[in-house]
Amino acid sequence: MQRYSIFSIARNALTNHKNWHTAWRSPEPKPAYDVVVVGAGGHGLGTAYYLAKEHGITNVAVLEKGWLGGGNTGRNTTIIRSNYLYDESAKLYDHSVKLWEGLTGELNYNVMFSPRGVMMLAHNVHDVQVFKRHVYANRLNGVDNEWLTAEQAKAFCPPLSIDPGARYPVVGAALQRRGGTARHDAVAWGYARGADARGVDVIQNCEVTGIDVEGGRVTGVQTTRGAIRAKKVAIVAAGHTSVLCTMAGFRMPLESVPLQALVSEPMKPVFPCVVMSNAVHAYLSQSDKGELVIGAGTDQYVSYSQRGGVQILEHTLEAILELFPIFSRCRMLRQWGGIVDVTPDRSPIIGRTPVENLFVNCGWGTGGFKATPGSAHVFAHTVAKGEPHPINAPYTLDRFKTGRLIDEAAAAAVAH
Amino acid sequence: MSQSCRTPEGGRVDRAKPIRFTFDGKSYQGCVGDTLASALLANGVHLVGRSFKYHRPRGIVAAGSEEPNALVQVEMGGGRSDPNTRATVVELFDGLNAESQNRNPSLERDVGAVNDALSPLFPAGFYYKTFKWPASAWHKVYEPRIREAAGLGKAPTEGDPDRYLHRHVHCEVLVVGAGPAGLAAALAAGRSGARVILVDENPELGGSLLMESGTLGRVEPGNLAFARRAAADLAAMPEVRVLTRTTLTGYYDYNYLTALERVTDHLPPGSGPDLPRQRLWRIRARRVVIATGAIERPLVFVGNDRPGVMLASAGRAYLNRWGVLPGRDVLVFTNNDSAYAAAIDLARAGAKVTLADVRPHAGALASEAEAAGVALRPRTVVVDTDGRLRVQRAYLSEIDGEGRIVGALGQPLPCDCLLMSGGWNPNVSLHSQARGLLVFDDSLAAFVPGEAPQPNVSVGACNGDLSFKGALEGGAEAGRLAAGAEAKPGEAFGANEPEAAPLLPLWLVPSDREGLRAKAFVDFQNDVTAKDLGVALTEGLRSIEHIKRFTTTGMGTDQGKTSNVNALAIVAAKLNTSVPAVGTTTFRQPYVPATFGAMVGHSKGPLFDVVRKTPIHDWAEAEGAVFEDVGTWKRAWYFPKAGEDMHAAVRRECKAVRETCGLFDASTLGKIDVQGPDARAFLNRIYTNAWMKLPVGQCRYGLMLRDDGMVMDDGVTACLKDDRFHMTTTTGGAPRVLAWLEEWLQTEWPDLKVYCTSVTEEWATMALNGPNAREVLAPLVEGIDMDADAFPHMHWRSGKVAGVPARIFRISFTGETGFEVNVPAGYGRHVWGAIWASGQKHGIVAYGTETMHVLRAEKGYVIVGQDTDGTVTPHDLGMSWIVKKQGDFVGRRGLERPDLKRDDRKQLVGLLTEDPDLVLDEGAQIVADPSEPVPMTMIGHVTSSYDSPDLGRSFALALVAGGKTRKGQTLHVPQLDGSVAAVSVVDPVFLDPEGKRLHG
Ligand SMILES: Cc1cc2nc3c(=O)[nH]c(=O)nc-3n(C[C@H](O)[C@H](O)[C@H](O)COP(=O)(O)OP(=O)(O)OC[C@H]3O[C@@H](n4cnc5c(N)ncnc54)[C@H](O)[C@@H]3O)c2cc1C
Repeated sequence: MQRYSIFSIARNALTNHKNWHTAWRSPEPKPAYDVVVVGAGGHGLGTAYYLAKEHGITNVAVLEKGWLGGGNTGRNTTIIRSNYLYDESAKLYDHSVKLWEGLTGELNYNVMFSPRGVMMLAHNVHDVQVFKRHVYANRLNGVDNEWLTAEQAKAFCPPLSIDPGARYPVVGAALQRRGGTARHDAVAWGYARGADARGVDVIQNCEVTGIDVEGGRVTGVQTTRGAIRAKKVAIVAAGHTSVLCTMAGFRMPLESVPLQALVSEPMKPVFPCVVMSNAVHAYLSQSDKGELVIGAGTDQYVSYSQRGGVQILEHTLEAILELFPIFSRCRMLRQWGGIVDVTPDRSPIIGRTPVENLFVNCGWGTGGFKATPGSAHVFAHTVAKGEPHPINAPYTLDRFKTGRLIDEAAAAAVAH
Repeated sequence: MSQSCRTPEGGRVDRAKPIRFTFDGKSYQGCVGDTLASALLANGVHLVGRSFKYHRPRGIVAAGSEEPNALVQVEMGGGRSDPNTRATVVELFDGLNAESQNRNPSLERDVGAVNDALSPLFPAGFYYKTFKWPASAWHKVYEPRIREAAGLGKAPTEGDPDRYLHRHVHCEVLVVGAGPAGLAAALAAGRSGARVILVDENPELGGSLLMESGTLGRVEPGNLAFARRAAADLAAMPEVRVLTRTTLTGYYDYNYLTALERVTDHLPPGSGPDLPRQRLWRIRARRVVIATGAIERPLVFVGNDRPGVMLASAGRAYLNRWGVLPGRDVLVFTNNDSAYAAAIDLARAGAKVTLADVRPHAGALASEAEAAGVALRPRTVVVDTDGRLRVQRAYLSEIDGEGRIVGALGQPLPCDCLLMSGGWNPNVSLHSQARGLLVFDDSLAAFVPGEAPQPNVSVGACNGDLSFKGALEGGAEAGRLAAGAEAKPGEAFGANEPEAAPLLPLWLVPSDREGLRAKAFVDFQNDVTAKDLGVALTEGLRSIEHIKRFTTTGMGTDQGKTSNVNALAIVAAKLNTSVPAVGTTTFRQPYVPATFGAMVGHSKGPLFDVVRKTPIHDWAEAEGAVFEDVGTWKRAWYFPKAGEDMHAAVRRECKAVRETCGLFDASTLGKIDVQGPDARAFLNRIYTNAWMKLPVGQCRYGLMLRDDGMVMDDGVTACLKDDRFHMTTTTGGAPRVLAWLEEWLQTEWPDLKVYCTSVTEEWATMALNGPNAREVLAPLVEGIDMDADAFPHMHWRSGKVAGVPARIFRISFTGETGFEVNVPAGYGRHVWGAIWASGQKHGIVAYGTETMHVLRAEKGYVIVGQDTDGTVTPHDLGMSWIVKKQGDFVGRRGLERPDLKRDDRKQLVGLLTEDPDLVLDEGAQIVADPSEPVPMTMIGHVTSSYDSPDLGRSFALALVAGGKTRKGQTLHVPQLDGSVAAVSVVDPVFLDPEGKRLHG
């Protein structure tokens, strides 16, 4: 792999940038692999990367129906934080944040992880109870999260309106300073490049149309580019996971719904951190390019059309202007949607399935970007060893039968 | 010297009405009818901005909303600050003040331009490759610098003084675009009597006709006259609504569209005080006729971004529509016939014009051009340009049939304006937003609309038909068909258009300038060069989506209107494949950037969300109550007397309720009228307990579970009649519960005859609690025997209270004798007043939600949503008694799952702190071993925590793992300040465990 650095750029400048190596190849599928990963989002590519790097399994293909990183990975608002309530979640998401902190170096690719602080606003007594519960629990789990008064929140994020006369005034906030954002494309591309360099075939425009199961054991996949045999198959297909699992003969406890986002026109730096408000449904940060990046809520109805209701987006803008009235004259530049796969307890499923050697990593819903490195890391372990890493052991498919849920939804109704 | 480049006559500006405006602090003169762009050009100002990445000087490229470069900040003061505004769509008004962006300190001298010198170090995607070391430096050092350099305009710093409105309309035919095709369509549809809406971005109708001179023999003289006639005809049709200054921003599913009307943006602030700034139209159209025209493509050649380089159609528009001569030494560079019209018009207006055509031969216009004095240079390309702040010189070379440079290298040609035309892109954005397919048309070298899944049709130039005649005929037919009228043979339009020669695509103009600094821009705004596209390909990127994201081409505020097809084609050429094989790009809403404020409309401030107030609200407000938000309700939280803080007020309220009586406004509780022959059976399935035998006149407390067995809501439900029940829910849960009931009835049990109606707001509900409650209420009651035995706890009676028909429920959430008086909402205030008056001699207090919370917690009554969080079963709450042994109910199966039966689940307990004055935080975590290092094992958390005047100390409710078996144990609550509070586990009922007071 060609090392990237300021020196390599300078060297290449001398040759007019004509000698860069390809970041990844565009290989033809081979007839068989040790592991086939379905879905080249961040989680799938990361899984292949860690399979190769940590487990020495390099005869791996990542199959992608479109272009790599074109699913939710390339559509999300990139909020990263780990101040989740339950011990299981704190372990998983904090594992991820720790990997984020070193990911640029790990991949020799600048993923622009920017720990600018994620502030979650409380608007009523109930919010205060819930967020304080998080602050207390996070501290004892070794995850940073602090309680701010409304005035402290404003000091941390000057554009915020804490007008007590607002319809839902801000009464306080929980702040995770280690939280922030990263560059979504760079995550997919960095993992793709790293996996490719270790021999993984990333095969785009290759849709999986069937999963071959013999005697309760997976043997390969059917694709738009022919049949591919595989000793193990790992499904990491976000909103389309249930479709794929149906091909393998079992149903998943998932609902797929559109989630939308939008950006404003670029502006000079005005917004220093990430702000989330679940009560009014607004998620806001400013990208390095200067665009306000705004996340909306999910549609109420299940759907596979990558387009959500206009009213959802408008409602989000209403909330944004409630919190930040100075943005009223800014303009929406682009809007889009992605299909997110939501489990009943809003926590992911990472592990084995009823079919032997077939694994899933899904259910990240509205908030799985932040987990990309951690999820990929433990999932690679699971696929390589055939059994879960201690961190993802609680995230079984089985838990919906036993009732041992990790109910972050109930705990906070928090998205992202 | 003012307006040095204004022509003496012609155009659609009013020279008799000069107006003043300011750009970068300098005052200029323009005319009514100008845009900011045309007025600047009239004053000879071409340099208007600096580019995003390299901070290169930039000028005006286009004449419409597709403008990539000329973005300015309009600064009118008083909160009216609009970053990134395209100068080409800002209509000039007296006093307009605009500033250039992204430069420091000035447009002429911008320190950011050092980036241009260093540009070899900033190839596409450079930031992915560097700024990596040391690890923390990205966030602390590099990123802040990049952010500072990026961005364009400045965000406003004050609130927005303007108003925005929404209108909702339906129509049979929506026509988008008022050029010849759209006008013909609107006329035809209008004549058939259909309800028609015609929208156009421009202040006047005519579209492309506005830029035609209309005086030249080669253009039908009547063209502009046609537009005027059409406008008059449309205005006379009562069913036709014409919206100018209105941009169709979004085409969504089911023919739902949004259009943004700029109502007063063209007027000085404050000149239309009764008018909104902008209005968002939400249109549901039966059929849509898309007539959005075509957008000219730039040519991609080295040095194509200097101020003074613009689209040929824009140059022509500035001359003919605005009476501005964009240059005196004009070079036109084209690969198609359309630019000849610009050359001819400019030459006739007195400019010295040279025309370089990449083709060996042009169409019929060539001879006309020559006649007009245009120097024609066939098979000639521009290989480079010069000029720091404005183009001064172009270098021309001849090419052979293969597009290779032949002969002498780059012959300099002085020019102060370079007009380019790379052909036309049908404006397929709306067709594509509506999820229509695109197909590549080789003769146009552009995408044209393919199949349309929604009821719409594209006509005229946006459908690839670039002729006037075709636009009129196609438009008329589409209009008629859309209106449902018979398709008549098209009217004959007498346009006689010169014969055109085909365009010769030349996506990347060859150049001998191969050096590092030779830049041929594809995307002006984002500073993406053809070379950047090459870097992306060298790195192995193949998907156009990757190339877009890697190079950021097409990601600017112009959304790639002028750049996308060029980028695709250059990639295709480099990969040796066809354009459609590389792909197309997605067109996303909105068509042009849309103001947040306009999308929000009225829904801000107090109208952001409904404010629900009870009939008692005004009384409470007058009494000085402090309110809290619960769902959309405002609830009285506590009633401080002079000098009291919350704590003191709540103590006083609590004591009064326990000692004499208190009155509480419970009107916000959800109330659902459940009736029908199967109402009983329905409740029996929805609640965990038994409902088949509840007699008329009695009430019962019920718990509702989700299907996973977790507590979802609770409340008391009364049997009014055998087939009719009055259900109550929590305040915040009311909408959710009604939706839940409906979901079961409609999707799972459609056979049940049950009707649910929300009656929350029909009733005012007043809870009178305390040992003196009966004494206070009885004197006001008629027709009900208030004796404790005749009207026991958990019964209800109907009669009159204070002369008003009422239902009284004898229930209590405080543990005291309690009556909930329900009267029709309109009587609420009257009855409240009567009870209040009657209670005076007993020292009655009004109490709020906080006191209610304390009192109920002393009794161990849970609040769903506070003491439960969706992970708590009835058993966890110690309420196994409410789960019937026989028969099914929602949640039964969930409860059977092994994890819900574990003994060590978190269960409800009471906590007493060692320090009686310490009130724990709600949400604080509980541990068994306070000395364990982090991460500590947490075994539970505090759900409710108060100071109790009755207990004379603090107390709390908590959910603790295996809590039932921990009574008497000492546990620990680590505090945020690092200290640890010891607590002992006790029963969650702190007061009157036998319930004697309830039945008093
Ligand atoms: C608008 C929006 C905002 C969000 N904001 C945040 C946020 O702020 N923070 C956060 O942490 N998370 C956020 N998320 C969630 C986050 O994006 C996802 O959880 C995460 O990116 C999922 O990554 P993935 O790799 O699992 O899925 P994806 O990136 O979606 O990858 C799955 C891939 O599988 C492919 N695939 C599907 N079916 C097949 C098939 N049959 N054959 C081959 N390939 C197939 C898809 O094409 C896709 O590329 C947001 C999501 C959306 C939509």
